[in-house]
Amino acid sequence: MSTDTPMLEICGLSKTFGKGTVNEHTALENVNLTLQRGDFVTIIGSNGAGKSTLFNAICGTYLPDQGSIHLGGTDITFLAEHKRAKRIGRVFQDPMKGTAPGMTIEENLALAYTRAHSGPLAPALTKRKSDFFRSALAKYNMGLEDRMKTKVGLLSGGQRQVVTLLMCTLVTPDLLLLDEHTAALDPATAEKIMEITNEIVRENNLTTLMITHNMQQALVTGNSTIMMDSGSIILSLKGKERDDMTMDGLLQLYTEKKKKAFTTDRILLSGQ
Amino acid sequence: MLYVTALQEGFLYGLLAIGVFISLRVLNIPDLTTEGSFGFGNAVAAAAVAMGYHPNISLLFALLAGFAAGLVTGFLQTKLKVHPVLAGIITMSGLYSINLMVRSGPNLAIGEGSLFKLAYAFLGEAASRDDKKIVGAILAATLCILIVLLIALFFKTHLGLCIRATGDNPDMVRASSINVDRTKIIGLCISNGLIALSGALIAHYVGYSDASSSSGTLIYGLAAVIIGEALFSLLPRSRRGVTIGLISAVCGSILYKIIVTFVVDAELFGANSANLMKLLCAVIVALTLIIPAARDALISWKNRWEARRA
Repeated sequence: MSTDTPMLEICGLSKTFGKGTVNEHTALENVNLTLQRGDFVTIIGSNGAGKSTLFNAICGTYLPDQGSIHLGGTDITFLAEHKRAKRIGRVFQDPMKGTAPGMTIEENLALAYTRAHSGPLAPALTKRKSDFFRSALAKYNMGLEDRMKTKVGLLSGGQRQVVTLLMCTLVTPDLLLLDEHTAALDPATAEKIMEITNEIVRENNLTTLMITHNMQQALVTGNSTIMMDSGSIILSLKGKERDDMTMDGLLQLYTEKKKKAFTTDRILLSGQ
Repeated sequence: MLYVTALQEGFLYGLLAIGVFISLRVLNIPDLTTEGSFGFGNAVAAAAVAMGYHPNISLLFALLAGFAAGLVTGFLQTKLKVHPVLAGIITMSGLYSINLMVRSGPNLAIGEGSLFKLAYAFLGEAASRDDKKIVGAILAATLCILIVLLIALFFKTHLGLCIRATGDNPDMVRASSINVDRTKIIGLCISNGLIALSGALIAHYVGYSDASSSSGTLIYGLAAVIIGEALFSLLPRSRRGVTIGLISAVCGSILYKIIVTFVVDAELFGANSANLMKLLCAVIVALTLIIPAARDALISWKNRWEARRA
């Protein structure tokens, strides 16, 4: 892979659900998006704008009707979900989704780690691996390193999200997808998780896409911001234009682009 | 001596309990293939011995037969998207006919080719019936403990972890790089393989294979798993992993056999005691299943009563 190959390249991606029925719904319409290695793009948009569908198409939960997805130069548009998952880390909004509650912290981490490092019948946990997981968790000061043998189901939502984040990045993925991963947490915990996220992304120079409903967060995190509406990208902010952008300015732009101003959007997008 | 026999049967049926534990608790799938695969192992082992194979080889054939049964159910469930309960019922019914064909009749005797008779031969001609029973129990215990050990180790490997995660949080597994269909199928293969092995050992133990040997094995397996869990419920929840689960299933199986022996021996329900076994089994399972609901009802009743008095 040459260095100038984009890490993620999405071309003309379209997806319509229930085609030909009364419930026909265009979730994605001709989406084009390119991320270079190390890019951190935040995505905003109201409910039903197609943000999660975009993630699902990248992960292979749904296959697109049209268009292509290239990851690190290889075409993954129709690759089986579990095959591309090796290269994509995804953290969901629901803290329950990313971890196995009946298994211990170290077993969960081993599950994420060994899939890249050993054969199917190799022991999942060795002393060396346990120590490695311990030190990896200790970095984030959540007190989890002393609870390695605790079942994940007994942890709080924030703690579970940290474990999930670590599981997704223990083996450096080509792409990290964050689907409102702090939205279900209290403000203090959300801030802490966001700090940890930034640290992990910076340390590993991860290519990252993050969906958020918090406009402030969207503008200060990462190096560019896109806005989606009705399945299309309607706005893309980068560099100085993005640095100078305020939350009010963004809302203004949003209503202009959308042409129809709903008062509810103001509430939805303010993130308060 | 009756209780030594109960111990032996408990260990032999313990493998059935482990098999049910794996599908029910680890994979979180209600798998009804059980009676089919138990009978399949039972029939295949007897047929293999009748064809002149060594008893050990007949066990291996039974294990493979169980794998095949699990493979069919797993394939129906995952690739062909049949409801798990229906998939199990389909395989079970199909196997009923296949088992009749394997035995080429309603029953098939093993005779001198029995694993246990081979073990008794070491004791010499002079061995008493009691000596034989003790040797049989030791053999059954050794086999069962060995297999529990192997399976416990397996669930600590990477593949084992993947199978456990599949039952624990399929959403997560689907989003990670694990092939859910494959882990489910492998899990069902192991589960039914063990159940078939249990069936084979029972054929060696009673000396023949017949069509009725497998009836009631599903409820027996459930009862063993549930009784075992009740036994180990004093352990804190966080300590109850898969290894404890496997051990508790075997213990449940042994305890169940001891209860049965006691009930029949003491004629607790009169002359009909032996006929009431399946009813007793159903009652035990039902009672254990309603304990949580009954406890909640009791607590809320007590709270209301105290609130009214205050």
